[in-house]
Amino acid sequence: MARADRTLRGRVAVVGIGETEYDRHGASPDPEFKLALKAILATCEDAGLDPREIDGFASYSDDRSEASRLAAALGTRRLRAATMQWGGGGGGCCAAVANAAASIVGGLADCVVVFRSLAQGQYGRFGQTTGIDTISGEKAYLMPYGVLAPPQRFAMRVRRYMHEHGVRQEALRAIALASYHHAQANPRAVMYGKPLDAAKYDASRWIAEPFHLYDCCMENDGAAALLVVAEERAGDFRHKPVYVLGAAVGSGYRTGAIPHNSPLYASASFDTVAPDLYRMAGLGPADVGVVQCYENFTGGVVMALAEHGFFKPEEANDFLRLENLVAPFGRLPLNTSGGNLAECYMHGFELLLEAVRQVRGTSTSQVKRNDVAMVIGGPMVTPVSNLLLASEETL
Amino acid sequence: MSTKPSSTYLPAGLPIPVAEADDLSAPYWAGLRQNRLMVQHCTRCQTWQFGPEWLCHRCHTFDPQWVEVELRGRIFSWERIWHPSHSALRQHGPYVAVLVELPQAGGVRMVGNLLGDAMQVVVIGAEVEGVFEHHHDADPPYSLLQWRCREAGRNSVDINPAPSFEESRT
Repeated sequence: MARADRTLRGRVAVVGIGETEYDRHGASPDPEFKLALKAILATCEDAGLDPREIDGFASYSDDRSEASRLAAALGTRRLRAATMQWGGGGGGCCAAVANAAASIVGGLADCVVVFRSLAQGQYGRFGQTTGIDTISGEKAYLMPYGVLAPPQRFAMRVRRYMHEHGVRQEALRAIALASYHHAQANPRAVMYGKPLDAAKYDASRWIAEPFHLYDCCMENDGAAALLVVAEERAGDFRHKPVYVLGAAVGSGYRTGAIPHNSPLYASASFDTVAPDLYRMAGLGPADVGVVQCYENFTGGVVMALAEHGFFKPEEANDFLRLENLVAPFGRLPLNTSGGNLAECYMHGFELLLEAVRQVRGTSTSQVKRNDVAMVIGGPMVTPVSNLLLASEETL
Repeated sequence: MSTKPSSTYLPAGLPIPVAEADDLSAPYWAGLRQNRLMVQHCTRCQTWQFGPEWLCHRCHTFDPQWVEVELRGRIFSWERIWHPSHSALRQHGPYVAVLVELPQAGGVRMVGNLLGDAMQVVVIGAEVEGVFEHHHDADPPYSLLQWRCREAGRNSVDINPAPSFEESRT
């Protein structure tokens, strides 16, 4: 059977979502593993599932809350799937769902929890690098030159893209403003009650040009999870099931050539992954009603949206205006929970929960066109991943 | 650690680059110590490759040869960094990192700092030349490759003199 005939389309559904309280780094009273347990139990509660029926765990980015410990702690009756998506930081957030779906469709498991638990206050902030004596591999070519943390590792990629396509700072700003706009309606959001406007953005300090403070994600403590089951069981739970319409993982030719030697440098790494997603789902960008796109940095969102065909790179300045990006009626409502910038940096997993809420119709910034929701994970890293979720009527 | 903070672009205390446990990049770091920029070049298919790998990505010949490359390039991208992500940079202020492509080596790219005023206007496409920066007093000692605009002066200059061959072999 050709790959195009083997598909996840409509074969599994998300039937539960849950998260802990989201905190600033260091502010969570709970240890990271306890956060994972809380998010998973909240997910089972949302679905109406006995947690002992979970038979698989899927995560990414070397999550420390290991599957066998979770299974023992929860007293699950058996473990059938334990998948970890290699590398890529937040680029694995959608891939973890795809791996869970593949486990189910392939007959390995029935009921898989996908999750991310991350307490940066307990295990070290991604934005600080003090305490390293010697370094080898990719970072050896970067860190001695002060290219240390993620903002510095990605700013040159975005600068090159802006140079090649004439993208202006205002396009990056619109993405930050959209996340903060939606966070003001979301009581879960760490930046709830802390609005951002253009003047405040412009006056904010540089982190690494072209990134202002508000172009960069937060560093948080928390956990989030969702529950995937086969489509035959999708109707057995408390909420309207949300189906996987398509998923794709990976990157193009030699994207992983370090240091900064990928042939297609000014890219979010979706040159091959976006077409794969649309092919599996059997639809195109015009069919997508709402997008959650991982904001490690706003510039990565610009590239990722262009690579998913929502506009041409040369149209970025015209398309990326706040009014186009806000729910309920914007041309392409973006990051409607506040995302990594303003809801919580749950390594992108908060974006998956928000996409489920949009299809269910329960977002705090609900869009009108909610039959097809996209999630884009981890622009500019490799592997990246993406996901299309949809209502039953769309199948 | 260096006792001459003005002789290096960034203050002492940042992570020290060393080869991997399997020594994949050892010829590169040893080359910098001896004022030589070494890049992998496949003798079979003529492909340039950086960073190093155990085989040529084009023709799959193992152990591509390391050859010395001229210290010139073009700015491919850049960033001016303000936020200190390391305690060694806390009082330092802004600095510039550049991504330089080397046309004479198949367009491979390298990250370094752009020497000179941190607030200088940086132009993508500008011609730059490499400058070795030796950290003799670090433990272990190491060397970096920095860049400066060619308009600023065409003579190659070492920030610190290179170690003798005997010294650098250890």
